[in-house]
Amino acid sequence: MSTATLTSGLVTVGPDTEAASDTRNDIIVSKQEASMLAAPVTPAPAAEPSVSIGERCGSFLRAVLPPLLGFAFIIGLWALVAMKSADFPGPAKTLDAAITLFSDPFYQNGPNDQGIGWNILSSLKRVAIGFGVAALVGIPMGFIIGRFAFMNSMLEPIISILRPVSPLAWLPIGLMVFKAADPASTWTIFICSIWPMILNTAQGVQRVPQDYLNVARVLNLSEFKIITKILFPSVLPYMLTGIRLSIGTAWLVIVAAEMLTGGVGIGFWVWDEWNNLKVEHIIIAIFVIGIVGLVLEQFLLLIARRFSYGNN
Amino acid sequence: MNAIVKVENVGMTFDTKKGRFVALQNVNLQIRQGEVVSLIGHSGCGKSTLLNLIAGLTLPTSGAMICNGREIAGPGPERAVVFQNHSLLPWLTCFENVHLAVERVFGAKEGKDKLKARTNAALEMVHMSHAAQKMPHEISGGMKQRIGIARAFAMEPKILLMDEPFGALDALTRASLQDELIGVMEKTGATVVMVTHDVDEAVLLSDRVVMMTNGPAATIGEILEVKLAKPRDRLQLAHDPHFAECRGAILEFLYQKQMKKAA
Ligand SMILES: Nc1ncnc2c1ncn2[C@@H]1O[C@H](COP(=O)(O)OP(=O)(O)O)[C@@H](O)[C@H]1O
Ligand SMILES: [Mg+2]
Repeated sequence: MSTATLTSGLVTVGPDTEAASDTRNDIIVSKQEASMLAAPVTPAPAAEPSVSIGERCGSFLRAVLPPLLGFAFIIGLWALVAMKSADFPGPAKTLDAAITLFSDPFYQNGPNDQGIGWNILSSLKRVAIGFGVAALVGIPMGFIIGRFAFMNSMLEPIISILRPVSPLAWLPIGLMVFKAADPASTWTIFICSIWPMILNTAQGVQRVPQDYLNVARVLNLSEFKIITKILFPSVLPYMLTGIRLSIGTAWLVIVAAEMLTGGVGIGFWVWDEWNNLKVEHIIIAIFVIGIVGLVLEQFLLLIARRFSYGNN
Repeated sequence: MNAIVKVENVGMTFDTKKGRFVALQNVNLQIRQGEVVSLIGHSGCGKSTLLNLIAGLTLPTSGAMICNGREIAGPGPERAVVFQNHSLLPWLTCFENVHLAVERVFGAKEGKDKLKARTNAALEMVHMSHAAQKMPHEISGGMKQRIGIARAFAMEPKILLMDEPFGALDALTRASLQDELIGVMEKTGATVVMVTHDVDEAVLLSDRVVMMTNGPAATIGEILEVKLAKPRDRLQLAHDPHFAECRGAILEFLYQKQMKKAA
């Protein structure tokens, strides 16, 4: 990390690069999954696209058609694969299962058999707590690291060593310290969320344009005014980038963590359904996880856009 | 006349990765109360460095900088700065940007209404009242620069420092802002030190033009007195022999005595 100061001229406001990104999605590929994917794949004669309609309805279709085609292609491929394989459910069977599943998402049959709604909510709750605590710790730490070169040099090597560690490696430590599965997976979320928040906040603080700091110096603003009127607003976009990266990683990690710890949650649910050999449920879960992740990301992008102050 | 700013034997050396870099050497300059001085010179010669020294944003490595009989130890509101790129805070409205400065300078002595009135008066002076509630990114570059000027004048500084205030603007906007500045300077009688690389601008606005030699180790080469009556009008000046003479002297300095190898 270098103490970047921008002298006059270009003033970049907000994160132009997602520097401190560290999304780790190379987590768990089990033997079973691997064999499942090894089903013969024949090239698909893609589903009949209705191109003639596209010509008529112009721009709307031009925007909608390619994604639809993409989905049609993947579903077609999926159907083909399913046809060739005995235990791989096709789109129709999966849709059926999804309708049954979502017709009663919030049933409760004891601790190990709850509706998919509960599972999603439990996972989200863990993410929220782990992430929230990480924000409380990480953002102030980022400010300190960004503001004081001494703290930066002191903590940077530690962070550099700890950051590349898969959050799941911390799970046993969590289990040992908390002696329970639930806080242990929350702890894992905490660990994986904290790095992007520290690093992005620190970077934001170091990148506060020198011009703004010069304004503060010429006006002789009080420390309080400097923080509220200059530092905080100018770091905010970086902070939000950190938050968005954290949430993304947290959502990736929670599934894996829950697979290992059990309990209620979407990750555990996937594992449970695998043990029950309900492959169609696993496919549904994959869609659900993807959609929830997408919604989280879009939501944070929306907030970030609210706090980006145009180009100056 | 008594000098409000004294620059005495000032040198400025930067420690860079490639070693020490002597930017300024032996600079001597006195600026009188109410005077408008421009600093002109080729790009990279050290104009901004000198202005930043007067502002107190950096401290000299040798020599003395004195303002109002006191050594300059840091920046302060009596030396307002108009930055080249306006440096408005993008998360505050135009009004809030000016108000931040007003509040800092007069907040201790004056009530809220008075502070608001001051802010509005400053915006009015640069004809930007209509944009008071706009965010900086919603207005043009020229308008932003006006707000920057309003912010500086609103502080009622003893000295106004401007670093290429119109450098980033197109010729027409630049001319209209220069006219505006002439009006404001007339009204306030401010002492102004301005960096520029525009010869006409230097002659039009200043009482004295300080010409700097090329760096490294730049210093003041010549100082030209502009003896044109004020207020000045750009249309009349176009035919004024003294204007042409001043212009010629500066051009000669820049393009003969301090010719820069093609940059
Ligand atoms: N903080 C700094 N560190 C090192 N070198 C600097 C610094 N500020 C300015 N310089 C150098 O000093 C010289 C004068 O710069 P400056 O005053 O910005 O020139 P200008 O006349 O274009 O405003 C340049 O060569 C520049 O590279
Ligand atoms: Mg400059």
